[in-house]
Amino acid sequence: MIDRLEQDLSTIRNAMGVRGYRQELLASNIANADTPYYKARDVDFKSALQAAVGGRGVPTLQPVTLARTQAGHLGGNGGSPYGGAVKYRAEYQGAVDGNTVNMDVERAAFAENAMQLEALILFVNKRFEGLQRAIQGQ
Amino acid sequence: MSDFKIFAIAGSALTAQSARLNAVASNLANADSVVGADGKPYRAKQVVFAATPVEGGGIGVRVTQVVDSAAPARMQYDPANPAADEKGYVTLPNVNVVEEMVNMISASRAYQTNAEVMNTAKTLMAKTLAIGQ
Repeated sequence: MIDRLEQDLSTIRNAMGVRGYRQELLASNIANADTPYYKARDVDFKSALQAAVGGRGVPTLQPVTLARTQAGHLGGNGGSPYGGAVKYRAEYQGAVDGNTVNMDVERAAFAENAMQLEALILFVNKRFEGLQRAIQGQ
Repeated sequence: MSDFKIFAIAGSALTAQSARLNAVASNLANADSVVGADGKPYRAKQVVFAATPVEGGGIGVRVTQVVDSAAPARMQYDPANPAADEKGYVTLPNVNVVEEMVNMISASRAYQTNAEVMNTAKTLMAKTLAIGQ
């Protein structure tokens, strides 16, 4: 029973993971709106979710890592659990200080992402409600 | 949990932006200070931002240094002033009041946005905690 529940909720859980991660990336962009040379990043939701879910013939994205050809080389990872799904944002208007954060784009994306995350939370809640109703036989 | 990192990220931005606001306040307050702490005219202070990784991933921001503005000092002809040089010019601070006002508005808007990010993260977190209740 528990593993069925787990199976049932795993997609939503993965989606929430990606949404949470995106929220964090967007917060980083907004925090660095005035930092010289900072480059805005975003995660491609579709490929990140595919990477998280995997299977079903979908090529999973491997995290971007440095090649280690010598024993003395440092490992180091791409710093992102979703690897290649995290990309730099294409800039609309260049700034003299090399910063590529467009506050309007970031705020809109943040609001959209928050809404999507809230929707996922609602889905989980309703799913539990349905299960509870089934258990109680009402 | 990633939402906690958002607090660290947005929090670092709040700290950095308030440091910038602090510098603006100093500059505006001393826009006409002919003599500073070192006996010379006050020089405008500017903060330098740098992206910095926060614990557990994500990129925050911090103030790496506060630099004196390299703009030339304002010279005002006022021979009656005791601070005037032999030609009668008084060296005034290199504070550009208009620039500082713009800086202030920009800093306060950035502060507001980050506070909003924090609020959104808090709301979402509360909703996540209430799942299944």
